[in-house]
Amino acid sequence: MVVSASTAMHMSDGLINAPVSVIFAGVAVAGLAAALVGARRDLDDRTAPMAGLVAAFVFATQMLNFPILPGVSGHLLGGALAAILVGPWVGALCVGIVLAVQALVFADGGLTALGANVTNMALIGVAAGFGTAMLLRPLAARGRTGLMIVCFVAAFVNTVVASAGFILQFALGGDAAFSLGAVAGSVLGLHCLIGIGEGVITALTVGAVAAARPDLVHLLRGRSAPLELRDAPVATPKESTA
Amino acid sequence: MSSGHHLLYRPGDSVVHRLPAQVKIVCALLGVLCVVATPRTEFLAFAGYLVLLAVIWAIAAVPFGHIARRAVIEVPFVVIALVMPFLGGGDRITVLGMSLSEQGTLAGWNILAKGTLGVLVSLTLAATTTPGELVVGLQRLRAPAVITTIATLMLRYLEVIAAEARRMRTARVSRGHDPRFLWQVGATARGIGTLFVRSYERGERVHLAMVSRGWTGRMPDYGAPATLRTWLTGLTPVLVTGAVLAAAVWLP
Repeated sequence: MVVSASTAMHMSDGLINAPVSVIFAGVAVAGLAAALVGARRDLDDRTAPMAGLVAAFVFATQMLNFPILPGVSGHLLGGALAAILVGPWVGALCVGIVLAVQALVFADGGLTALGANVTNMALIGVAAGFGTAMLLRPLAARGRTGLMIVCFVAAFVNTVVASAGFILQFALGGDAAFSLGAVAGSVLGLHCLIGIGEGVITALTVGAVAAARPDLVHLLRGRSAPLELRDAPVATPKESTA
Repeated sequence: MSSGHHLLYRPGDSVVHRLPAQVKIVCALLGVLCVVATPRTEFLAFAGYLVLLAVIWAIAAVPFGHIARRAVIEVPFVVIALVMPFLGGGDRITVLGMSLSEQGTLAGWNILAKGTLGVLVSLTLAATTTPGELVVGLQRLRAPAVITTIATLMLRYLEVIAAEARRMRTARVSRGHDPRFLWQVGATARGIGTLFVRSYERGERVHLAMVSRGWTGRMPDYGAPATLRTWLTGLTPVLVTGAVLAAAVWLP
């Protein structure tokens, strides 16, 4: 018999059993603690509002849940966007906070699945997105088109790798009634589609920020072009006749 | 912060509303942990949890409709739960003339029951606690300052982004754009980068205004720490949940 179960990326309570939930809660706390240490250096008066805005933006885009197949709802993750704009440490914290507030206030994603959700989206996703962006950084520094291509690829990798984290957790603590291959196939396939949407939104957003305020893009830090000095004829005031 | 008119919050003056936020957060987390730890065939225990929640709603004077309308967020998960009985493998059982997988039916029920109870707990917390109070609660639970800073700014900026999106929509409409459902999505997608930059620039001014009025990254906290008695009152639902779980597991 062909078994095809499809599951939403954002896990609810009861999808993963209690021991695995507890293990991944530990992984999430350890990961966020590491991010906290790294973030202390990155967060100052100028980056604090950026971090808040990235978190709010990710929050708003994660609210757009779109059903794709029966029983499957996917949404944008925002990990690559956060990592490229505010760096991996603050980025992981931003996504983690979004997930925690969603679980506490908006009942989106289960409270006990929070550890697993944070591991997938805030730790694995941000790390994969930032790693990809760093590998392609020479291309990103070349110009706006290059930067947007890098953003697209990083966001795509972020989405697909984060969904692989879900498959790992389902393999460890999910219901044994479903064949893992079918779950993995449908989750990965679905997240390739979501990854394209995520890539487009990330590229558009970072492209606009880089055009207006390149100093705010963490990925481009230290790569800004030197100030260009141009010679121009000096205007001389005319004698007033009045 | 204009958190007084929040979508999920229902103003009130009950014991549940007055409980300090940190007690409610701990209570909700432990309660849901008990629910998830309950074996899926202990149907009476799940009924007990639901009755307990109904008692809390009655004490907090939150009407059932308020919770029910907001629980539709769970619908995508419910759909999975309803599909599972048809897709699972293993032994077959016949219900109402349909051949269902026993494993799949139980798995579906498991997600449906625990997911629904989890959503109801979160909604109860949100209905009796404003987002601002939640941040103060996290602060009193010793959450690091970086986290409360980002969380506070995030909640503040959600309103900035929504207001900026409204302004941009007004600007489009006043220039002859005729928004209909799908086309509006296209225009919003093209404008998303602009929305981000405009929100950042407004957000930067909001942040400077907050800093110049003495904000240091912590929410002002005028409350006293919760006493042992408050903790015991607040954790009563967890004790009841734990008792129901213990009864379900050990009683035959």
